[in-house]
Amino acid sequence: MKISYYPGCTLKNNAKNFEDSTLCSLKKLGIEVEELPRWNCCGTVFSLATDDLIHHVAPIRNLIRTKESNSEKIMTLCAMCFNTLKRANERVKADPESLEKINDFMYLEKINYEGDVKVLHLLEILRDEVKFENIAKKVVKPLKNLKVANYYGCLLVRPKEIGLDDVENPTILENLTTVLGADPADFPFKTECCASYQTVDKPEIVAERAFQILTSAQSQGADVVAVSCPLCAFNLDHRQKETVKKYPEFKNIPILYFSQILAIALSCPEESLRFDLHFVDPKPILKEKGLI
Amino acid sequence: MRINLSKRNIKDPFVVKVEELSGQNLLACYQCGKCSAGCPAVSEMDILPNQIIRYAQLGLKNELLQSKSIWICASCFTCNARCPKGINIAEIIEAIRQILLRKREDHVNLNKLSDAEKGDVPPIAIISNLRKFTS
Repeated sequence: MKISYYPGCTLKNNAKNFEDSTLCSLKKLGIEVEELPRWNCCGTVFSLATDDLIHHVAPIRNLIRTKESNSEKIMTLCAMCFNTLKRANERVKADPESLEKINDFMYLEKINYEGDVKVLHLLEILRDEVKFENIAKKVVKPLKNLKVANYYGCLLVRPKEIGLDDVENPTILENLTTVLGADPADFPFKTECCASYQTVDKPEIVAERAFQILTSAQSQGADVVAVSCPLCAFNLDHRQKETVKKYPEFKNIPILYFSQILAIALSCPEESLRFDLHFVDPKPILKEKGLI
Repeated sequence: MRINLSKRNIKDPFVVKVEELSGQNLLACYQCGKCSAGCPAVSEMDILPNQIIRYAQLGLKNELLQSKSIWICASCFTCNARCPKGINIAEIIEAIRQILLRKREDHVNLNKLSDAEKGDVPPIAIISNLRKFTS
């Protein structure tokens, strides 16, 4: 199976651990990945104002690139890219008039976009195309005794029209970590916002959110928290520095991308896990469990 | 606080603009408060999400435009997912932000942040912050 892949900005920077661990895992699962040529920024947030069409141009242009590479679907990793591309796509599919305006605006493009590209998240590819039961067969290193709290954040599941699982109680990450042999820890904060882009100018709000979310995970015995969004990853991992300042009794907990957990189970080399990009070092707990 | 209710406020162009930009019917809200009950950011807010809609229904423009809450909401869409009337509250808050931003009243100036403050925040954080807080 071959799939077109849209990385987005952060997968090439702060979230290189997300990209490298995904690419290694997909290779082990026999999936060929082709990075979309000439991809551009998705805009990161879906424009909510009804009259604001211009901000849908960037995501739709990426869907034109997908068509140009003779693909009918595009795989995203970052939850923000997934949400923005998918919502823009659904927006123009439901409103032919705005699609026409956007196409007119991009008159230099050779392809007239018709709303016919499918935007998928890596998790959907793993669940619906590779299938979890087949992943289970390829597990080399079962993640025995590793208690994983799976954190979804907002943009994988909301709004419910585009979410990849149940809006209030998603279980796709738990189902994946279970087939990898880990022990998922359910916790009530798994779909609660990490305060997102407030991290730039109001980091204290994020530090507080991180405290609430992570202590809830810890109360369920979690060894690590699995995430799927590079902004959640930054807020929950790197902002622990601020969390500890505010709450000296707070104990650091490592944050991993679900793809890193997958890569460990599939026995990808440690270089693909890029632990150097983490604030809280996941190596001690992974060594303790005999996983690295 | 004292709230001045008047027909003039209720018919203020501001109310029409909020409805237009958000695509929502403000009068659909019957103030059950479910949005505020589930909002993860209420502890930082001065006006709660259900109150934002009530204020908008009543045309309390200045109270809304000066509120801290509109800059606290990070569009996590929990309220939208739970509203029994199907109102998109996040879109209403976006509309109020847009009314200010479209007058070039930016909420952040990242040039004022030092390199240390900006730290190593990922590009998606910077871009989304600018998208939400600047014109």
